[in-house]
Amino acid sequence: MALAVHKYDAVVIGAGGAGMRCSLQLARAGLRVAVLSKVFPTRSHTVAAQGGIGASLGNMEEDNWHYHFYDTVKGSDWLGDQDAIEFMCREAPKVVYELEHMGMPFDRNPDGTIYQRPFGGHSAKYGEKPVPRACAAADRTGHAMLHTLYQQNVKSNTTFFVEWMALDIIRDADGDAVGVTALEMETGEVSIFHAKCVLFATGGAGRIFAASTNAFINTGDGLGMAARAGIPLEDMEFWQFHPTGVHNAGVLLTEGCRGEGAILRNKQGERFMERYAPKLKDLAPRDFISRCMDQEIKEGRGCGPNGDYIELDLTHLGGETIMKRLPSVHEIGKNFANVDVIKQAIPVVPTIHYQMGGIPTSIHGQVVVPKGDNPSSVVNGLYAIGECSCVSVHGANRLGTNSLLDLLVFGRAAGNHLIETALSSKAFKPLPANAADFSLSRIAKLDNSTSGEYPQDVANDLRKAMQLHAGVFRTQKTMDEGVVKVLAIAERAESLALKDKSKVFNTARIEALEVANLMESAKATMVSAAARKESRGAHTVDDYGDTEAHPLGRNDDEWLKHTLWFSEGNRLAYKPVNMKPLTVDSIPLAKRTF
Amino acid sequence: MLTDLQLSKLRWRCRRGFLENDLILTRLLERRGANFSATEHDQLLSLIALDDNDLWEIIAGRNDAFPAGTDNMVATLRETRVTH
Repeated sequence: MALAVHKYDAVVIGAGGAGMRCSLQLARAGLRVAVLSKVFPTRSHTVAAQGGIGASLGNMEEDNWHYHFYDTVKGSDWLGDQDAIEFMCREAPKVVYELEHMGMPFDRNPDGTIYQRPFGGHSAKYGEKPVPRACAAADRTGHAMLHTLYQQNVKSNTTFFVEWMALDIIRDADGDAVGVTALEMETGEVSIFHAKCVLFATGGAGRIFAASTNAFINTGDGLGMAARAGIPLEDMEFWQFHPTGVHNAGVLLTEGCRGEGAILRNKQGERFMERYAPKLKDLAPRDFISRCMDQEIKEGRGCGPNGDYIELDLTHLGGETIMKRLPSVHEIGKNFANVDVIKQAIPVVPTIHYQMGGIPTSIHGQVVVPKGDNPSSVVNGLYAIGECSCVSVHGANRLGTNSLLDLLVFGRAAGNHLIETALSSKAFKPLPANAADFSLSRIAKLDNSTSGEYPQDVANDLRKAMQLHAGVFRTQKTMDEGVVKVLAIAERAESLALKDKSKVFNTARIEALEVANLMESAKATMVSAAARKESRGAHTVDDYGDTEAHPLGRNDDEWLKHTLWFSEGNRLAYKPVNMKPLTVDSIPLAKRTF
Repeated sequence: MLTDLQLSKLRWRCRRGFLENDLILTRLLERRGANFSATEHDQLLSLIALDDNDLWEIIAGRNDAFPAGTDNMVATLRETRVTH
């Protein structure tokens, strides 16, 4: 039976902030745009973002884009590409004002300007003092952004395909992207989306870890599709951790807890941060505290029957202070740990929060791959934006508020690039004869399975392995062991079993397809991490400590380069970091101290 | 008692934009499985049609402006939230 073919100028996969910012730009230019989403657009994971959008508006104090640029380069531990970072920081005020004009309900100052709040790592005068740079809509910035963009998209006639899961990229004989295959959940049927360009905006793969703040939908679908289509994944060893996620739940406890005086304790009741950071103690930076917690657990001083968590103690603050200043923490304690934080300490663990790596792109969102001597040759017709992409503005460590900014700047930039290169007047390239064969064979394999393991069992083993071997505290030995373990789990994922073979809304089948994407993301992370023999940003390895030759373990002579992981052959390649900004002088390498 | 198809759809639509809702709704589905009455099913569908922040405010008990006729399911969700 012939498959249905839908024809659009552009197909955007994912309806979070990046996808909808891009689709809006295209739809407003009169292009026919389809947006595919596993869930209703305003339920994308962007909704979870609370903090704000970083932009040097200077509404509260003197600020300019170059301070923001400096902070982002330094925050990235110099792994970010300085051309992309300049582009993002320069564009930031523009994308915020555009959003304001679309109706985004930003918080305001008495004079009507956008209110800005301070955020970790953002400074004025090159680290001299903190500067308020985050533009927010109360604690619902992501929510407000999604609603604003969705309404504007509807007004501009973007077509949404809701509860559709994209399966694979269709590339022609030239390697150009000419469409995607996708599964409609309501019918279980596979269709082809034939397009002049395909844009991935599928978010991160945070569900590859057992302890994750990410929603269940974050299964790295774009990463899996790219990897299967021969496109490398860049810098996947870099994942940001948050120190205080609730044990066995992942829900975040705000840093405000420690700001108010909460203390981290090991099983002996010791305030162990006094040993690691005598001055800052429990207020040391996020990544540092996370590693100390993990070390306590690994050295047998973790709490609980399995010794696998740390306790965050607020009891000395008193009920009145907790209920007045930290009511949400009290609520989270009750709901997700069965603990009254006024009377008891709450179990916490360092928890995965954000993926810095992804599908390699140019500053226009074009997917780029190595070809001959060119490390960044464009794949025609294929774009990636947002957390699934690696442009790379976050490098080895992301600054707060730069994630929402990334979505807006590069979603818009990709749209503009397509408009400027006259997508509307381009012809559709023909679909290859076997356009959907690969996807159909993957589904047939699941449907014909008679034995094997259930997808969620394999996925749970993967998450445990990733947590243990690619978690916040890394050693060369644990990472090398992790590679062997993850590759073995990936083998098991090749023969999954489906109990339910029905077509209509078969969620087991969808979950099995998601597992394939989780596997690619996890292999990329584990293999890339084990290969990088230094400490940099979020990738901190115990074997590579602070020395005179390599301050904080960072080895610029050998490792100032981006990792590229290829699924085929499970191989690695590297490409240089772009240290040259677009118009200004480079920020020279320096030790990252605060 | 829900059909397999109804339960499947419900499971998928309980996949949310943020983790707090994912966890409570999963907890509810694990406890109840297909054992929802038609009325409870309708009430749950009305609630999960809300945006994530609005749904969470209701589940957390900070907002009582929930859709008409969903009182029982709101009470069930709130009970699910606080019982482990």
